[in-house]
Amino acid sequence: MKKLLSLVLIALLAFSLAGAQAQGTVNVFNWEDYISEEVLELFEQETGIKVNYMRFTLNEDMLVQVRTSPGAFDVVFPSDYAIERMMAEDLLQPIDYAKVPNADQILDWLQDPGYDPGQVYSVPYMWGTVGILYDTAKVSAPIDSWGALFDEQYKGEVFMLDSPRDALGVALKYLGYSVNSKNPAEIQAAANLLIEQKQKGIVKAYQVDETKDKMVAGEAALAVVWSGDAQYAINLNENLAYVVPREGSNVWVDSMVIPRSAPNPENAHIFINFMSRPDIAQMNAEYIEYSSPNAGAIELMGEDYTGNPTLNPSRETIDNCEFFHDNNDVKVLYDTYWGMVKNAK
Amino acid sequence: MSAMAFPPWAVWLMLLGLAAFAGMIALSIRRNRGIRRTLFAFPYGLWIVVFTLIPLLLIGYYAFTDRSGAFTLDNFRTFWDSNFEMRKQMLDMGFDPADLGIARGNVNMDTLIYSLWMAFLCTIICLAMGYPAALFMADRNFKLGSTLVVLFIIPMWMNFLLRTIAWMSLLEDNGLINTLLGALGLPRMQLMYNSRAVLLGMVYNYLPFMVFPIYNALSKQDPRLSEAAMDLGANAALTFFKVTLPLSLPGVISGITMVFMPSVTTFFIPRVLGGGNTEMFGDLIERTFLSADNWNVGSALSLIMMVLILLSLTTLRKFDPEGEGGTMI
Amino acid sequence: MSRMFKRGYLALMLLFLYVPILVLIVQSFNAGVSRAKWQGFSLKWYIDLFNSASIMNAFYITVTIALLAALFATILGTLAAIGIHAMQKRPQGIMMTLTNIPMTMPDIVTGISLMLLYIFTRIPRGYFSMLLAHITFNIPYVILSVMPKLKQMNKFSYEAALDLGATPGYALRHVILPSVMPGVITGALLSFTLSLDDFTISYFTTSPLVQNLSTLIYSEARKGIKPTMNALSALMFVALLVLLLAVNRRANLVKESK
Repeated sequence: MKKLLSLVLIALLAFSLAGAQAQGTVNVFNWEDYISEEVLELFEQETGIKVNYMRFTLNEDMLVQVRTSPGAFDVVFPSDYAIERMMAEDLLQPIDYAKVPNADQILDWLQDPGYDPGQVYSVPYMWGTVGILYDTAKVSAPIDSWGALFDEQYKGEVFMLDSPRDALGVALKYLGYSVNSKNPAEIQAAANLLIEQKQKGIVKAYQVDETKDKMVAGEAALAVVWSGDAQYAINLNENLAYVVPREGSNVWVDSMVIPRSAPNPENAHIFINFMSRPDIAQMNAEYIEYSSPNAGAIELMGEDYTGNPTLNPSRETIDNCEFFHDNNDVKVLYDTYWGMVKNAK
Repeated sequence: MSAMAFPPWAVWLMLLGLAAFAGMIALSIRRNRGIRRTLFAFPYGLWIVVFTLIPLLLIGYYAFTDRSGAFTLDNFRTFWDSNFEMRKQMLDMGFDPADLGIARGNVNMDTLIYSLWMAFLCTIICLAMGYPAALFMADRNFKLGSTLVVLFIIPMWMNFLLRTIAWMSLLEDNGLINTLLGALGLPRMQLMYNSRAVLLGMVYNYLPFMVFPIYNALSKQDPRLSEAAMDLGANAALTFFKVTLPLSLPGVISGITMVFMPSVTTFFIPRVLGGGNTEMFGDLIERTFLSADNWNVGSALSLIMMVLILLSLTTLRKFDPEGEGGTMI
Repeated sequence: MSRMFKRGYLALMLLFLYVPILVLIVQSFNAGVSRAKWQGFSLKWYIDLFNSASIMNAFYITVTIALLAALFATILGTLAAIGIHAMQKRPQGIMMTLTNIPMTMPDIVTGISLMLLYIFTRIPRGYFSMLLAHITFNIPYVILSVMPKLKQMNKFSYEAALDLGATPGYALRHVILPSVMPGVITGALLSFTLSLDDFTISYFTTSPLVQNLSTLIYSEARKGIKPTMNALSALMFVALLVLLLAVNRRANLVKESK
């Protein structure tokens, strides 16, 4: 037994020390549960390239890993503002679109996005909005404004997003400012609004992952959520509905990028091209139940998708929303004000 | 965050630390008769230097420098005044902090005090609940005692995240407990989203760490001592307070140590059971390192917290008559 | 104090400890994916479990690391405790302070500091680096478990043995170790427990390819932890419960027959 154990230990050690990648692999770093397993199998069958699939939970965790392990990843799936950050730190290489012909399937409004002008470094994978998920059985009238979250009639019935940019973004939008505001006075006004909301007892909890299950269980009347989470909850509780408020909101995109230090850039391109194929994009979109940026996939999904306002909002709604931009130069402001909000009693 | 470019002074500092440590070992060997036994600790000493002290020095490097690597004490100033960096940035941008009424920020201090208080409460509750449990299980007449002790530790083998989330299912407004109350016709209560729930989660997590050392100390106690006391006329209560309790003190001190120190740095529980409404210092540090991407301030805050915890523990150790593991500070 | 009261107290405490576990186990049989909605009884998550390569891999890594870390931490820690116990007051104080330091460090600081160490010394992050990290945070608990036992031991037994002609090694094995054995076992158990459950430190000291169960579960938290994890936990729980009770029973029988 001891011998077996030490053999295994040596094997694992050797494996972990082996820096060289075999020909025919691609190292993918993606969010947890953000791809259909079938897709990975199909990819390996069709191309013969082995996929080393790794997962992360937060953009921040991903950034730490990418910065400290150069040469470990070929394809990464960061969010928009994280892409900007990675561009600023020169962590990415431009995509050779000759090798990714399927990229022309991407919806026109997502081509040349604000966070990646000219779409040089990224190909969109999934997108969505931020909005209010509400329980129709608990609200007096259909919700259409961020103001409902600050309304005293919903005391103790509101879940907010436990993330500085999302929470402050909601307040900023309600006050009529941009989610990317760099004006301290505006950010302070947003923070004060949130602090007031807390002190009046309107907020029940600040959370991220737990919200969707809690809304299914009927724990609150209103919640700020991402559209994909809203869909999950609506599937399980028919009383729930989702809306992107009229003051506008945040639209987010998760895209595929190739780090500059990628050991297998060829395979990375093949992988990205594969993901952008309409039938593959459809499989992913149907499994993950988020919004797809792929025109071909949308056509294949038909009424089921196009008739769903949560996953397929109108063009006006989208135009009313903003992308998050990298706010590194005012990060300290946002984080400090956020600290005040968290500390408020 | 280029960790590769460590300045030479940092390397020299580490080598100095190693030399000082080796000297200490040598001194200890010279003075002590039990020369062979002291050497047993040497492998561990080396391990500590490499895997605890040097990494700590690396953290210290971040604590005493800013993003560009220049020496600064500002990170520590941020502990006392959480708005310090923001005021600086506002001035750089051309805004006047006074206009917006930005005064001294006490976010970091408040959070630390709250965490120390919660850790203190958690330790007291664990002690109050755990000591009797250990006492009953260590009772020689109780045959099932040792089996029960084993049962105490098994819940710890279920994943911490899953266990905490399971408490959510129990404590939620529509959770199992409230559903039960509703079925019995009793009013529902808000059991979650507050400090009480966080405390419950903490006690749940740390109770076995209190019970174990106390059980160990009690179970090996010579029963003839208490028998002798009884023979001399003491009743059960007096025997306990004058004989059993004092002899179990090393175990109690161990237990308090193993509960208080980690509980100050608790995170995740305040988020999940407290509804993220009030942060504890562990959450704050995690947020500073990851979300705020500020390793400098995060390191400084961590160092301050560690020093404070060690100090609190030293004061506690004054109560240990045996001087078991008395700290040097 | 009446026996009933004592038994009742212990029973209540065990109830407190085990109710969440029961909740977890029950939820592993939920046909639906959300813990908020019971959608019927199903074994599908148990089946899913054995089909998932990533979970089985993580399980294997978790258990081997926990066992190895507990083993090495116990050896190093027990020797260390014996050594520290024999020191003079001053060096002993220094060593105990040093022992306390890892316990005051929040997980994320331990994790990041070790990650910095690995980057600095160019040790690649993976299984081995994670193991070293686990041993590091386990040793203080072993020392704290063994120390009280050393204090309770007769101060002069070791020297007496040496005087009677024993070698230090013999005296160690036959005089010191038997007295401190309960502490050693406690320390080993605590180490195993801590390693099974750790995620922050593991996250920063390993590579994304080498995941243990905790980091896997944590990475699922964002999208929602699937009941597959509950199923795995339930199985581990039952297995460990049976194993430990069996071992304990055996030990009791041996004790009684002496």
